[in-house]
Amino acid sequence: MDAPGLYNYWIVIVLMMTGFYVVVSRGNLVKKIVGLNIFQTSVFILYISMGKVSGGTAPILAEGFETYSNPLPHVLILTAIVVGVATTALGCALVVRIKEAYGTVEEDEIQLQDEAS
Amino acid sequence: MIAAHLPALQIVVPLVSAPLCLLLRRGGLAWALALIASWAALACAVLLLQQVIATGPISYHLGGWAPPWGIEYRIDAVNGFVLVIVAAIGAAVMPYARESVAREVPEEQHATFYTALLLCLTGLLGVTITGDAFNLFVFLEISSLSSYVLIALGRDRRALTAAFQYLVMGTIGATFIVIGVGLLYMVTGTLNMLDLAERLPPMAESRTVVAAFAFLTVGAGLKLALFPLHFWLPNAYAYAPSVVTAFLAATATKVSVYILLRFFFTVFGTTYSFELVTLENLLIPLGVIAILVCSTVAIFQTNVKRMLAYSSIAQVGYMVLGIGFASTAGLTATIVHLFNHAMTKGGLFLALGCVVLRLGSAQLESLEGLGRRMPLTMFAFVLGGLSLIGVPLTVGFISKWVLVQAALERGNWFVAAVILLGSLLAIVYIWRVVEVAYFRPAPEGDAAAPIAEAPLSMLIPTWVLIGATIYFGIDTSLTLGVAERAAQHLLGGGA
Repeated sequence: MDAPGLYNYWIVIVLMMTGFYVVVSRGNLVKKIVGLNIFQTSVFILYISMGKVSGGTAPILAEGFETYSNPLPHVLILTAIVVGVATTALGCALVVRIKEAYGTVEEDEIQLQDEAS
Repeated sequence: MIAAHLPALQIVVPLVSAPLCLLLRRGGLAWALALIASWAALACAVLLLQQVIATGPISYHLGGWAPPWGIEYRIDAVNGFVLVIVAAIGAAVMPYARESVAREVPEEQHATFYTALLLCLTGLLGVTITGDAFNLFVFLEISSLSSYVLIALGRDRRALTAAFQYLVMGTIGATFIVIGVGLLYMVTGTLNMLDLAERLPPMAESRTVVAAFAFLTVGAGLKLALFPLHFWLPNAYAYAPSVVTAFLAATATKVSVYILLRFFFTVFGTTYSFELVTLENLLIPLGVIAILVCSTVAIFQTNVKRMLAYSSIAQVGYMVLGIGFASTAGLTATIVHLFNHAMTKGGLFLALGCVVLRLGSAQLESLEGLGRRMPLTMFAFVLGGLSLIGVPLTVGFISKWVLVQAALERGNWFVAAVILLGSLLAIVYIWRVVEVAYFRPAPEGDAAAPIAEAPLSMLIPTWVLIGATIYFGIDTSLTLGVAERAAQHLLGGGA
């Protein structure tokens, strides 16, 4: 049982749950975006970890190296990172607009204002 | 020559037109380009479906890279049909958009609006056409990100919070899908759906595969607004601009249903999904609850747009029921309901958009006496409502008929009764609108300023969709025929 060898996956789980908890529990919209980012980052690590081949090196052909890590998950996650950046940017833009419209970024205060109107 | 590249054109045309819209800057020009692009997309989709029906599934290798290494676009009867649905709604909504958007979106944002709408169309078509699991995620995010933007363009400030809420839920859903795809890649080393389908059965017992299955189901369920995961939908539909509501209501959830179909039946296979994981124990109860709870909630809404949004969640319940039966009849019901509900709900939301154009509101009480002032619009609404209820000679009847048959085939009387009860609840909420619009006098005084019929450019698309709900309710050979083929294909028999 090489438990320490798989510690990446434990980090993935911890980060995933942390991010998810932040999204669910925080009422502050900016903090929700932070949580969402942590959540997505855990998936990046998941993909990067699965591409690693033990003893493998970066996948660049060179003399004296036989084992290479799998580059495909790394390339895939590059796309997902871009998607994550776009999501964060859009989320932040929405928060700015919400702040302009409501004067607050707290979910409960926004709800109060909506009910009052 | 060009016919060989139709699958690529299907995506490339709207994808390239989107940034061009932004470069054109002027709203009118951007609209014209978007119109051409959406009609071209419809032409591609129809040609592809014809080709699939004539010669069987089409496999297109993007950039000439052979699958499973390259990305493959694979069109069979299932996604060929969904492509036509999405493209048809896109093509119907575009001509309508001009007047409606002019009224509901600030002038300087028109070009951006059409860019986002085309990107959303591209994303939805892409999700449907692709045969690669990771490519599906990328297209899903293209469509999701642009739909957040579109919803946030609503006039009400609540549109912003609705878009934000959808962004959070949608991102969690999409991330779940990536996790699922990642786990599948871990055990199989492939992303191509057909390749996955071949390699998965030997490792069906693996816990990683079960986890992947769970993540994919929940992720797609979030995008689908499957019953307990539907909280983002009512606000998003209620406060988005009318065009966006009509477009998303008719396409986005349909594409999510397709994702479920594709993963359950093609990638994991019927045996895995329904014998090892016993998915029907999950889907049928959720479908039943969605129909009963959301139809009831719809009755108590004061905003007609919100009411229709809740009814959409209930309709998703019917589709999920069909998947849960996992029989040819059940799947036929689901697939035909994809088409039928897209036409019905699209038509209803477009009719409502005409009302909003003239009244500036979708509140129930503001509709008083509208049956006489906007007769064509309201009559379209009534016909759409009849289809939602499932009255014979409308498409709604066809879907429910097939679905009830599928339920009885499994001896499930309870579910059949629920489907009928759902129709009764639909009568109640549609009747509330009819009563206000036809049986109450128009308000007196200043509010009684003459309200004219909506412009033709909006009425024609509305009536095209409503006309389709009647036409395909009478002549079912086309829709039912294709749906049945698609269902057999998913279950593994025939093309």
